[in-house]
Amino acid sequence: MKNRSLISIDDYTREEYLEVLEVAAEFEKKPVQDILKGMVVATLFFEPSTRTRLSFESAVNRLGGKIIGFTDAASSSTTKGESLKDTILTVSNYSDLIIMRHPLEGSARYASEVATVPVINAGDGANQHPTQCMLDLYSIQKTQGTLDNLTVSMVGDLKYGRTVHSLIMAMSHFNPTFKFISPDELKMPDEYKLFLDSKGIKYEEHIELGENISDSDIVYMTRVQRERFADPLEYEKVKNVYILNKEMLVGTKENMKILHPLPRVNEINEDVDDNSKAYYFPQALNGVFTRQAIIAKILGLK
Amino acid sequence: MKEQKVLSVSAIENGTVIDHIPAMNLFKVISILNLDTITKNRMTFGTNFRSQQLGQKAIIKISGKFFEDIEIDKIALVAPNAKLNIIKDYEVVEKRAVNVPDKIIAIAKCMNPKCITNHQQVTTRFTVINDNKKVNLKCNYCEKITDQEHLEIVK
Repeated sequence: MKNRSLISIDDYTREEYLEVLEVAAEFEKKPVQDILKGMVVATLFFEPSTRTRLSFESAVNRLGGKIIGFTDAASSSTTKGESLKDTILTVSNYSDLIIMRHPLEGSARYASEVATVPVINAGDGANQHPTQCMLDLYSIQKTQGTLDNLTVSMVGDLKYGRTVHSLIMAMSHFNPTFKFISPDELKMPDEYKLFLDSKGIKYEEHIELGENISDSDIVYMTRVQRERFADPLEYEKVKNVYILNKEMLVGTKENMKILHPLPRVNEINEDVDDNSKAYYFPQALNGVFTRQAIIAKILGLK
Repeated sequence: MKEQKVLSVSAIENGTVIDHIPAMNLFKVISILNLDTITKNRMTFGTNFRSQQLGQKAIIKISGKFFEDIEIDKIALVAPNAKLNIIKDYEVVEKRAVNVPDKIIAIAKCMNPKCITNHQQVTTRFTVINDNKKVNLKCNYCEKITDQEHLEIVK
């Protein structure tokens, strides 16, 4: 992994996922380690994303590194018409690692080709957000004790949700069973189902949330976004179908955990938050350890 | 009258005849092979010929030009059934089919409007995914699929 960019979740093998998770567990035990001393990490956020940026910056700070960068394109030279290539080449001179978020899809791969230092993709439009996926894996492994042979229910927007697509690709190495629960308009795209077929991985598709989570180890919730619907009436019909509440957790497995990439709007009722099965806030904390691990691995410090 | 029919596509002494091009893709083939920039070779383009295989087909004849495999395989994207006849001394000395390459660089346009390649000066790169005889292209950048129907040539 040393000096290799992380752009897409498929950039890593099964063994590499496990290596990162192992190092993340070390950071969870001992979060403050001064291994990045004297190093500079650039965080280039061409679109604002407070949550992801703070998580990365927290990770760098706990490793003793220094941060340079900008938090949205308005405060970068992009507004003067500078190309992404020129920005990346320039920043490569100033830093040991670039963490980038950009609204255009494929921008991160391109940046990694141009850059003379490794690049971590912190989200390129609707395409990839691999560190989110790694923290999801870490959360699953931590709560279930393993990644193998789990039943994972995915709920909500399965058509556009990049986190669920990445998670399918990553989990496909660990013999999962998937349950896809979504309205017809937001069903899992065929390309992912074909991929699962080709790997011989079992999946079911459901419209109802209800009892389809009773045998799940993980329930991965996502937001159903109004802007995804061409017909507002269709949105009105489905918007309240995928709201998880406390009563729905009755009869679910003891070990079951609820994950959500956040931000949540209304798809998980607040009465779920105090339940021991709610795991979305610890999940966000795991993001810091996972990002520490990825940074340390890429810089060859672990 | 008969003579005129024969003259409509004249024979060439030395060069290449590309046959079985789908009529609708003739201009894409011309563009991919950069034939529109060649000034010295004599060329004949014929289109809307009847074809059992394709419905309507187009033909290109180029005098004094022979293509490298790597060059001609680029047209597989828009003319996967094309056949090349290599002509020497008015005789067909070799017939060749085109092969779909694994990688497509700087030829096709990504159909995803949010792809970086459609916003900045980035050379397009695709990995070819052969799916039921259809040639689909997976963008190396945005990872989205551009299918044959939406294929546009970069120029």
